[in-house]
Amino acid sequence: MVICRNASFAYDGGAVVSSLNFTVESGDYLCIVGENGSGKSTLVKGILGLMSPFGGEVELCGLSLCEIGYLPQQTAAQKDFPAGVFEVVLSGRLGGRGLKPLFSRADKAEAEGNMRRLGIEHLKRRCYRELSGGQQQLVLLARALCATRKLLLLDEPAAGLDPVITQEMYAHIEKVNRETGITVIMVSHDIRSAVKYARHILHLKNTQMFFGETPDYVRSAVGAAFLGASGDAEHGEG
Amino acid sequence: MLNFFTEIFSFPFMVRALVVGVLVSVCAALLGVSLVLKRYSMIGDGLSHVGFGALAIASAVNAAPLAVAIPVVVVAAFLLLRISENGKIKGDAAIALISTSAMAIGVVVVSQASGTNTDINNYLFGSILSLKDGDVVLSAALSAVVLTLFALFYNQLFAVTFDESFARATGLRAGAYNALLALLTALTIVLGMRMMGALLISSLVIFPSLTAMRLCKRFLTVTIGAGVIAVSCFFTGLTVSFAAETPTGATVVLVNGALFLVFSLISLLKRRLGKTSEHFHKPSV
Repeated sequence: MVICRNASFAYDGGAVVSSLNFTVESGDYLCIVGENGSGKSTLVKGILGLMSPFGGEVELCGLSLCEIGYLPQQTAAQKDFPAGVFEVVLSGRLGGRGLKPLFSRADKAEAEGNMRRLGIEHLKRRCYRELSGGQQQLVLLARALCATRKLLLLDEPAAGLDPVITQEMYAHIEKVNRETGITVIMVSHDIRSAVKYARHILHLKNTQMFFGETPDYVRSAVGAAFLGASGDAEHGEG
Repeated sequence: MLNFFTEIFSFPFMVRALVVGVLVSVCAALLGVSLVLKRYSMIGDGLSHVGFGALAIASAVNAAPLAVAIPVVVVAAFLLLRISENGKIKGDAAIALISTSAMAIGVVVVSQASGTNTDINNYLFGSILSLKDGDVVLSAALSAVVLTLFALFYNQLFAVTFDESFARATGLRAGAYNALLALLTALTIVLGMRMMGALLISSLVIFPSLTAMRLCKRFLTVTIGAGVIAVSCFFTGLTVSFAAETPTGATVVLVNGALFLVFSLISLLKRRLGKTSEHFHKPSV
């Protein structure tokens, strides 16, 4: 579904991430891991077509740009934005529908269905900025689901959430992947949850350090080192 | 009371002022919601200063003011938008550079051309009571364009305002909608400058939406609320200025400011009360 062939991405000529070679199959669950500044979010922009590759190519098979559901990192402005929950979820339907000025009944049914799937239909009449961080993320996930039947791209979906809500968020994503067969590509620096849920792992450090199945990653030198390092960090913080 | 209003609007210049003012206020308020939320408020302010420069040059060379000002301000709008999006210089600083330069050009041109500063006064602070029939027709036509485009693309404008990267990622042409927003803002600013003046027009863009955001929680209610607030403030400001013989533009701004304070106070009280009642009745979720 997504194929990267020797792709590299750069800002102002300086390469951020290079030598990317990986394939994501339909129905897959891929986690992109790595430290801050390792090029994860840049790669996401590349897959979304918001940035063209500096070298190599990114190919989307059987997928047009308006069929990708995207969950970006929240901006500060959004947290204080006067919007109704249903307004936000419905806006996920805009991509594929051209210039028709009004939402159809099918659009609304789709939006309601996705809210039900995530267990947030009771929030429909609420105001977005008054929700908790976890509820806001679920609303944005419902919006992303409205935009796709094929591929979800999630950029740090659990950023800033407390541990319990984080696990709920991952459980929802896993359920969506399992029940609907929607391919999931997720950026995360929560390595433990990544190896728990993902089928494939892509580890970046401005270049591709590892790509393969999760069990192989855990056994690999890169994976073992990163898992060990983040484990130490957790102990250190605790 | 009724006598007072029939007296005021027996003057044709007051009727013209009311029609143009209401139309421009509504346009400015609707666009203002997106501009304020996208942190583009200063673009409106910058454009009015560019408009001042354009009007000054037009009057110096005896050209039709709007025929010069509209294209110049539209070009400036795209330029400011581009700068805000990917500027090397910080967006707000760049806008200040452009707007003060345009202002300075305007002042120099006017002083060379006429030698007096009555024109400057009109451009800076507006002259709503001297609008002509042609201005009314033009305002009506341009407002119709702005309102129609806004209504047609309302959902897209919401999406681009709320989350531009999501909108882009799902195939919405965010750049095109930003350009649409800039174009509509430029038209509204030029129209509004005649009545409010270069220094005060951006208040019509910013105040109503901020006031509406104190109390409204949905994008749709904020948008409608801003429109209603803009019209009421304009009407109140116009009548008060007539009765108290104060400058109309400035009075409208003061009414807007007063309403903003009232709404802020209500929202503060509501939040206080909401918190205490939640504390007593609802367990925390």
